[in-house]
Amino acid sequence: MAEGRHTIYDYLRTTKRFPSLWCPGCGVGIFLGALLRAIDKSGYTKDEIVLISGIGCSGRISTYVDFNTLHTTHGRALTFATGIKLAKPELKVIVIMGDGDAVAIGGNHFIHAARRNIEITTIVINNNIYGMTGGQLSPATPLEMKTATSPYGNLENPFDICKLAEAAGSVFVARSAVYHVKPMEKLIGKALKKRGFSVLEILSQCPVQYGRRAGLSSAVEMMKWQRDNTVTVEKAKGLSEEELRGKIRIGVLADKEAPTYQERLESLRESLKEQVGAV
Amino acid sequence: MRTQLLQGNEACVKGALAAGCTFFAGYPITPASEITHGMAYELPRLGGIFIQMEDEIASLGAVIGASLAGAKAMTATSGPGFSLMQEHISFASIAEVPCVVINVMRGGPSTGVPTHPSQGDVMQARWGAHGDHPIIVLAPSSVAECFKLTIEAFNLSEKYRTPVIVLTDEMIAHMREKASLPSPDEIELVERPKPTEPPEWFVPYRDPGTGVPAMPSFGDGYRYHVTGLVHDERGYPTTRADEVEPFIKRLFQKISQDFDKLQWGETYYTEDSTLNIIAFGSVARAALSAVKEARARGMKVGLLKLLMLFPFIRRKVTQLMESSATILVPEMNMGQISREVKRVNQGRCRVETLNKVAHEPMTPQEILDKIEELYG
Repeated sequence: MAEGRHTIYDYLRTTKRFPSLWCPGCGVGIFLGALLRAIDKSGYTKDEIVLISGIGCSGRISTYVDFNTLHTTHGRALTFATGIKLAKPELKVIVIMGDGDAVAIGGNHFIHAARRNIEITTIVINNNIYGMTGGQLSPATPLEMKTATSPYGNLENPFDICKLAEAAGSVFVARSAVYHVKPMEKLIGKALKKRGFSVLEILSQCPVQYGRRAGLSSAVEMMKWQRDNTVTVEKAKGLSEEELRGKIRIGVLADKEAPTYQERLESLRESLKEQVGAV
Repeated sequence: MRTQLLQGNEACVKGALAAGCTFFAGYPITPASEITHGMAYELPRLGGIFIQMEDEIASLGAVIGASLAGAKAMTATSGPGFSLMQEHISFASIAEVPCVVINVMRGGPSTGVPTHPSQGDVMQARWGAHGDHPIIVLAPSSVAECFKLTIEAFNLSEKYRTPVIVLTDEMIAHMREKASLPSPDEIELVERPKPTEPPEWFVPYRDPGTGVPAMPSFGDGYRYHVTGLVHDERGYPTTRADEVEPFIKRLFQKISQDFDKLQWGETYYTEDSTLNIIAFGSVARAALSAVKEARARGMKVGLLKLLMLFPFIRRKVTQLMESSATILVPEMNMGQISREVKRVNQGRCRVETLNKVAHEPMTPQEILDKIEELYG
């Protein structure tokens, strides 16, 4: 325990006043702990890491951690990340967004960053709701769910963020939940190692804005829901369609190799250098 | 000096490269396309980076990211794309990230009359971004000035850590003319202030007395926080009134303190003139022709050509008003920079406007007709 606690403290800003702005029971803090432990194991130095966030509850992560940090505009974190990674490819770029952030207002940037395969570790903390603004429906809110802007029930189909990422060209796609702290930490580690655009969806709970409307009054209940409704991809292989109904797959969902934008740009520059040299 | 036959947009490309621009992100739109084409061709050859983004919001986002990583970075667009960029102009302003945006104005509103000239984005350049913020806006009126003012846009953005807008119009952008460009050793370049203290002593947004805090690049060892929230001098979000107000005021003061140095405008035939024209961009060219013709007809007419639209060059304008009976402001809009002229006039002289929104160039004859009407 003591060891784990110290690891996190090494990466939190000592100059930033705590407590954090997150509500009691929020899943973001559990994720943040796992992220920092995974970064510690990854071998990257603090100076090598740029942590970029969007707007929303998850967007505040960048304020608390001792890296090069950038708190951007709503939905656009990946555009800033693109500029940073291209201008200084030696930096390790991590982007953290919420579900509304990543696939509503930032949906266009999300699919195009995936398509380009720029080396960015993208983590979407999915709590199925806009928390900070007062509990409005997001593109990840389940059908028929009551929210502040769907008081009679949600009429829209939610996105499967992982399927969207894979279809758009992500070379690594994985999902976990804050209930599964240890597997989540391992998946973050894998995503950090991946060459190319990787996406990790983290199922998280918002007891304040989502849970109380969904009839799940406490964070514990919501985390139990995560436990009871997720199944690992390995375990899912042995289950029938009937047994898998309503279950959410967690683990590595896609993993492939493909040249990154940066690699293509480097080889273009090399060939241009040769051409210029030949003249 | 080298004299070349060049297009305005090409001169912007050459100016950006001469200023040390190594990163360009853009989205296709006429009449700014040639700037994007030029950067797509030149930057990879020179070891720089060109990327076509999914929209203009993303373009300026990538530019800001590249600038935070230490690159001099730019984008170019026209009215509709410029509207999309306003969100990130606001971000660059509060986070104090140097960047250059060229807006080649075309006829609006909305899709309007693409690839025809207009000056309809003057107030969008000044006030388009949300929140009270300072901005620098430059306006070239020739191909040579496209080159020169693009360099100066980079210099000002680096010096003050602020977004700088270059407002050209379709006519300046697409015309070809002889341009004498300075050679690299004749060009003075400005770089953003860098911290001199070790990282452990560094306070990212502390005013060193110049109003412009030092700016390390990401990865330099100075780990700090950048945010679009109003922040204290450590970079952390604050809502404390005693921190918010000094911060916003510093953003303005870092530029306004140099107001005397930022009176960028050129006067022609104003020694004895009583009727003076204030114009910018392609209209300033037509105005100079009209002034010369009016002089040939014995009328004492002069011209002040604005090279910097914002901060509005009030000193130079009011100085001219002291010796003017009448000021004429011709513009290719319904009256935008004339509002600024009227604002600073305060009864000194008569201010008349000439507005053309046919989305065709203003002609010298149209201005001359107005001069004759006012002079008589």
